[in-house]
Amino acid sequence: MPERTVLDASDVRRAVRRMSHEILESAKGVDDLVILGIPTRGVYLARRIAAAIRQIEEIEESEAIDGQGVPCGSLDITLYRDDLRLREVRALEPTSIPPEGIDGRVVVLVDDVLYSGRTIRAALDALADVGRPAAVRLAVLVDRGHRELPIRPDFIGKNLPTSQSETVHVHLTECDDDDSVTIAQVGQ
Amino acid sequence: MIGRHLLSAQDLTSADAVRILDTAGELATVTDRSVKKLPTLRGRTVVTLFFEDSTRTRISFELAAKRLSADVINFAAKGSSLSKGESLKDTALTLEAMGADAVIIRHGASGAPYRLANAGWIQGSVINAGDGTHEHPTQALLDAFTLRNHLRAGSGDLAGARVAIVGDILHSRVARSNVALLRTLGAQVTVVAPPTLLPYGVHTWPCDVSYDIDDVLPHVDAVMMLRVQAERMAGSYFPNELEYSRRYGLDSRRMALMPDEAIVLHPGPMNRGVEISAEVADSPRAVVVEQVTNGVHVRMAVLYLLLGGRPEELMVEGADR
Repeated sequence: MPERTVLDASDVRRAVRRMSHEILESAKGVDDLVILGIPTRGVYLARRIAAAIRQIEEIEESEAIDGQGVPCGSLDITLYRDDLRLREVRALEPTSIPPEGIDGRVVVLVDDVLYSGRTIRAALDALADVGRPAAVRLAVLVDRGHRELPIRPDFIGKNLPTSQSETVHVHLTECDDDDSVTIAQVGQ
Repeated sequence: MIGRHLLSAQDLTSADAVRILDTAGELATVTDRSVKKLPTLRGRTVVTLFFEDSTRTRISFELAAKRLSADVINFAAKGSSLSKGESLKDTALTLEAMGADAVIIRHGASGAPYRLANAGWIQGSVINAGDGTHEHPTQALLDAFTLRNHLRAGSGDLAGARVAIVGDILHSRVARSNVALLRTLGAQVTVVAPPTLLPYGVHTWPCDVSYDIDDVLPHVDAVMMLRVQAERMAGSYFPNELEYSRRYGLDSRRMALMPDEAIVLHPGPMNRGVEISAEVADSPRAVVVEQVTNGVHVRMAVLYLLLGGRPEELMVEGADR
C-alpha cells in the first residue's frame, strides 16, 4: 500500500480551528490558559492553536505580547524519556516556558500524533519539575490508538484507526512542504 | 558524533563541539527552574577519580552528575588506598567491579586518562578532567561556551573570533585544550608568554605566538589569563613575580588597550596581583564567575552525550515513538 493522505491542508486547518474552539469552551475563556507544544511539530501546532484562540477571542497581537493573550511555549521531553538507553543519544530541543510560568494555570499540551502515550508520560514528569499547574489537558492532531499507558487525549483533531505496521506522518508548512497527514506501511 | 570517551579536545570535530555547546545551552535553562534536577541518568554511577587537588573541577562534575540524577562517588588520592601505593590498574579494576558507568579522572601524568580508557580495564566512559600538562577538554568547552555566549549570542561556532591566551603556556593543559578547540571552532588564537614559558615546538601549534602582550591586546575579542603554576615550576622560568606581573599581568591600564566589548577569562584559581590585578578580576568585563556556572552546564552536556544513550552496537531498531 503506498502512502495515503488522510488529512489535506484544509482538513488540518479545520481540525486546528475546531480544537481551538473546544479548548476555549472547556477552559471557559483564556484566563490562566497556557499552551505548550512538544517539539518539533507539537510546537508549531501549539502556535497555530494559540493564534486561532486569539483570533476567536479577538485579542490583539500587541496584547498578547503584554501577556494578556494566550501564553504559548515549548516543552522538550527528551531528558525524561523512558527509552533513552535503548537508542543512540538524542539531541535536545528548545524548552521555553512563558514568563508567567505554569503554577496554578491550565496547561494544554499539544503534540502531533498520540500513539503509545509514552511521550505524554514524559511530558507530565517534565511539567512537574517546572511547576504545579491547576490542570493539564492534552490536544493531539491525530490519535492513532495502540496506547501502552493509561493516557487519554482531551482534544483530538482526527481519530485514525491504524495497524502497528503502519506509520503516520504529520506534515506542517513550518518544517515540511505542505499541511497534511499521511499514512503508510512501514518500509515504504 | 561524540564517541564513548572525552580524552582530548583534539578529538572533537567542529560539529561535535557545537553539539556539546548547544546541549549545554538547553541544559542551562534547567538552572532557572524550581526543580533543578533531571531524571536522565538515574541509576548510573559516576566516579570522580582525582589524583591531584582540585576544588572547582571536581565540584562542578559532581554537581553536573547530580543534576542529571546519577549516583556520584568521589575518589580522591588523599585518604584512599591510592596514598598506600595502589596502581592505576588496580584502582580501575576496583571501580569496574563496582560498576562505574563513567570515570572522571584527573591525574598528574599526561596520558593517564588515555591509558585508563584504552587498556581494557574498564567498560565505562572515561572523561579527562586534566592530565599533567597535556589537556583539560571540559575547561576548553566551558571557555568556548562562555565566549560563544558573549561574542556569538550563544549559537553556532566561533569563526573569526580573536582570542589571546596569556601566561604559562608551557605547563598549561588549559592552553593546549583551548588552542585545539578554539581553532576547531574557527577562532584565531594567539598565545602570549615569555619565551621560557612557551613549550618546545609551539610554532607547530595552530596559533600565533607573541612575547608582547601590549602588542596583542588591541586586536582581541577576548583574553584568557592563565594561572602561574608555581607547583609545576621546578626550575626558574622568570626572575620574580613582580617582573612577571609587570611584563605579562593584566591590570586596568592594559585592559584599557582592549576593544570596549572584549572580555577577560581566567580558568581559576586566580593569583590576584600576579597574572591579574584585583581591579581587573572584579571588573564587569571579567567573566570568571560566569565560567564556573557554565562549567556545570557544559559538564552536564558531556555526561548526557556520553551516558544518555546506548552504545551503537546495542541499539534497538524501530522504537521511534
